[in-house]
Amino acid sequence: MAEIGQSGSRASTLIGIGAKAAIEAEKRELKTRWLLVSPAIVIICLAGFLPLTIILFYSFMSPGPYAGVSFEPTFRAWIFLILEEDLFEETLGLNYAHISIFSRSIGLALGTTILTLIIGFPTAYFIATRPIRQRNFWLFMISLPFWSNLLVRTFAIMMFIREQGFVNHVLLYLGVIDKPLSIMFTPTAVWIGLVYAYLPLMVMPLYASMEKLDFRLIEAAYDLYASRWKVLQKVIIPLVKPGIVAGSILVFIPSIGAYVTPKILGGGKSLMLGNLISNQFGTSRDWPMGSALALFLMAMVMVALIIYVRNESRNNPGG
Amino acid sequence: MSVTVAVDVCGVSKIFGAGTEQQVTALNDVSVSIAQNEFFTLLGPSGCGKTTLLRLIAGFEHPTQGSILLEGAEISALPPFQRPVNTVFQNYALFPHMSVSQNIAFGLEMQGRPSDEVADTVHTMLNLVKMEDLKDRRIDQISGGQQQRVALARALAPRPKVLLLDEPLSALDLKLRKEMQLELKRLQHETGITFIFVTHDQEEALTMSDRVAVMRDGEIHQIGSPQDIYNRPNNRFVADFIGESNFLEVQLLSRHGSTAKVKFANGTELDATLPSTDVIAGSITVIVRPEHTRLTADKSAGHLQGVVNDAVYFGTDTHYYLTLDSGEEFVIRQQNQRGDRGKISSGTQVGITINEDSIQVLAG
Repeated sequence: MAEIGQSGSRASTLIGIGAKAAIEAEKRELKTRWLLVSPAIVIICLAGFLPLTIILFYSFMSPGPYAGVSFEPTFRAWIFLILEEDLFEETLGLNYAHISIFSRSIGLALGTTILTLIIGFPTAYFIATRPIRQRNFWLFMISLPFWSNLLVRTFAIMMFIREQGFVNHVLLYLGVIDKPLSIMFTPTAVWIGLVYAYLPLMVMPLYASMEKLDFRLIEAAYDLYASRWKVLQKVIIPLVKPGIVAGSILVFIPSIGAYVTPKILGGGKSLMLGNLISNQFGTSRDWPMGSALALFLMAMVMVALIIYVRNESRNNPGG
Repeated sequence: MSVTVAVDVCGVSKIFGAGTEQQVTALNDVSVSIAQNEFFTLLGPSGCGKTTLLRLIAGFEHPTQGSILLEGAEISALPPFQRPVNTVFQNYALFPHMSVSQNIAFGLEMQGRPSDEVADTVHTMLNLVKMEDLKDRRIDQISGGQQQRVALARALAPRPKVLLLDEPLSALDLKLRKEMQLELKRLQHETGITFIFVTHDQEEALTMSDRVAVMRDGEIHQIGSPQDIYNRPNNRFVADFIGESNFLEVQLLSRHGSTAKVKFANGTELDATLPSTDVIAGSITVIVRPEHTRLTADKSAGHLQGVVNDAVYFGTDTHYYLTLDSGEEFVIRQQNQRGDRGKISSGTQVGITINEDSIQVLAG
């Protein structure tokens, strides 16, 4: 009995030492891990959360006399985000200027997403059905515009669609139109510019999911009496849906906050949210309003992302 | 009762990449008639064109030349979704985003059948392939053998006139394959649908088919019942591809109807069966299956004489590898009896007796 007890206690001591060593090692590992991620955390805090906190704080302050803010708490910026004080009667009405910019931003971002999807879907399908060696060439061609600055690309589009531009020349020459189209400085111009700028962001994720598509499934569907349209609807689209959703998010988010494209192609009449925010911090000298608008834009992006994440988790309940 | 033709393939050729440097003739002037309610097998090594022929019937490819008739109507110009023909694919090609029963319902829904009929048929099909319990599973949640059953049910559900099966058993392990062979035969019997089955496995072809077409290099070498193909191969390729054969050079002496008198190298004269196709007189080749022969210890009593090089015991039978006096190689497969005192050791001089009606003349 005594022996058993002794050996038992010795064993437990051994286990104790082993467990202690293991805990020590785990602690050390945890420390290293924290050390490794700490630069990222510092950057996120300093460059992400801190400015956001300041913006949130500013949005509840009053505008300062010469830009900046004066520290008098108020909900003014949030109220005037969508409402407006009548100059003479001092009653509140809807701020149509802001609302039209919001709706234009959302409309253009949705329109850009839809058009890039319509153009990008067959493009990605085309690339995914090429022989493997040709695919890299086509992907290279798709990503080529990304090598130059967005500003340069936007000016290029301007050269293309302005009144004396290429499009008008060709259309006039062909006799399709008898006087040049004025596309510049309209929402259409912004739309074209955004589609051009963000098309690769749609094509890439679409291609990634189409590349994984088993084309024998398409044959199987054809075999089972599905017409071409039904095959697209019942087999291809459901299977490449992750690519469609990812591409749409990737295009929608930068489109809704676009600044350069509407600034150059839209002129004063086709402002978008990005330009409105910039104006508040610049010419209008209303920092609280700019802050509120920036947060409002972020909220819209968050809503889009939440829809995306919900969609994903519903499709893959396991992982 | 006359036999109605389900599929009629008339002089079909298929050339891939015609006019380019990589031009490949997958099928060369192939003609075959497949009867209704038949289990028909296309058998051949890989690259022989059997899958191409299947894809032509399904509508995934279109013939370069010739026509394909389904119950007398020309279908070679129709797209796959307008042909009352369904395929069981080699890797099943089940829709991963649908459940088992959604997969089975797909073809019916695409045909626009009313939903209660779809539900009924899906239920019947699930019963037929014994998958009722797993009807709501996703495809990646069932085993390979179960996927095989779902693929069958999916293709059978719209009640096609012809079911095409593209090596559907090749991905299964041996035991499951044997089970599915019987299962397929049962399904074909119960549904009464014409099956066209593609395989490179000669055993699969012989055990399941009503008729077999042996293919090579885009041509059909022989069409016949498994017995015909095995016992009366037309040519060397068919004889070699299906089962084991002894090839012997003989002299053709005379012919009487379907049989001929042939003379072996050692002078023995025996009756042999002539093939359906023409044979040129003179020096020809005959085949003898290893199991249609017997060894005799008495050399002079046998038809042929030789020496045993090797004897391999297989339990049910023993395989003897011999060299004939003429120098030709010869294999004998002899069934073992309980009373056998042991195999004949190598180096023994033996006589070989060939069973009656077991010598087949080859056409080429």
